[in-house]
Amino acid sequence: MSDTFQLDGKSVPFEAGQTVMQAALAAGHYIPHLCYHPEFKPHGSCKLCTVKVNGRTMASCTMPAEANLSVESDIDELNDLRRTLVQMLFAEGNHFCPSCEKSGNCVLQALGYDLEVHTAGFRHMFPERPLDFTHPDILLDFNRCILCELCVHASAEVDGKHIFAFSGRGIDKHLIINSTSGQLKDTDMALTDKAMQVCPVGVILKKRVGFSVPIGQRRYDKSPISAQALVDAPRTGAVHE
Amino acid sequence: MSKKLKIATTSLAGCFGCHMSFLDIDERLLTLLELVEFNRSPITDIKHCSPCDIGLIEGGVCNAENVHVLHEFRKNCKILIAIGSCAITGGLPAQRNHLDLSACLTEVYLTEPGLAHGHIPNDPELPLPLDKVHPLHEVVKIDYFIPGCPPSGDAIWKFLTDLIAGKTPELGHGLINYD
Repeated sequence: MSDTFQLDGKSVPFEAGQTVMQAALAAGHYIPHLCYHPEFKPHGSCKLCTVKVNGRTMASCTMPAEANLSVESDIDELNDLRRTLVQMLFAEGNHFCPSCEKSGNCVLQALGYDLEVHTAGFRHMFPERPLDFTHPDILLDFNRCILCELCVHASAEVDGKHIFAFSGRGIDKHLIINSTSGQLKDTDMALTDKAMQVCPVGVILKKRVGFSVPIGQRRYDKSPISAQALVDAPRTGAVHE
Repeated sequence: MSKKLKIATTSLAGCFGCHMSFLDIDERLLTLLELVEFNRSPITDIKHCSPCDIGLIEGGVCNAENVHVLHEFRKNCKILIAIGSCAITGGLPAQRNHLDLSACLTEVYLTEPGLAHGHIPNDPELPLPLDKVHPLHEVVKIDYFIPGCPPSGDAIWKFLTDLIAGKTPELGHGLINYD
């Protein structure tokens, strides 16, 4: 019999080495998350997956599962904080959903829907972030970057190309391209790269396929992200209640 | 029968798409009319607000007249609702916000090909554009937001009927949309 911890009063089994997030998803329990990706080492930066572990707030994607932990996730206090995080991300970038090719398939947008975020609330910053459309097959729209760092890791660790990196600090932190010109056309980025697949928002886009799926048939039109995330999750065991 | 609620609606820097979507509640408009009466609105052509229960505003704030109308609504409406992407985020008009306004006007009216004798419109009747386009909540207090570009007729119906029934309006999956 494997060890278990408590998540919102339910017993969740885990294997040694699993994080709270991994164990929860594998057992069919959704914890909201944005920068966590099952194929990459979690770095706990977006804080959407914050839970209370024995009364202390922790990022569930980096928190190792331990026997008899008492974890709270789906509570008003945390969902209010998650809502505020999503609102700040919307206010900080230029997230104009009506013109975005990723709309309907966007994790940030789907989290907004699931958390009933009706407005960003804050003063929108409207930053100026030029596009990079120099690559023949790929468009980069930095307006939507939320600094999740997944493309940086995918390009370095899977593709072995180190095409993406961060520059600047605090509010000036931004995604840059690792080429002499700073443009994507001068890299060896290809459509088959892992870095093409991991962007949760609409920054890294394949050209000439935008809006090909009609409204109503897109990923999060069909089911909310809280249900979709469980379908996607690697399941290691039976669902425990 | 209890007194009907008064509703006012207007479009600021919007495209009237949200008003068209409002009309997409179709025959439910007749049910709604049993509960509410329309005050200032394109539907009635009443030009100024009287005291109202609910104000619905589409479009953001892009010029001086928008500011006046928004203040008139805030002053007269007990509950003010921003409806649609433009009212909530600035939307399409706000896509000019990272550009210099005079550079925009110069390019559109003077330097674009085929505009040799163009001039920047300066009729005193035209409201002056603001330097930046603002979502409504940056100018006055907004009580509720119905996102969407436009929100569907079903979303507007659900929101208004919840509100009129005295419940906290909730949209839920399928009705909450940002596009």
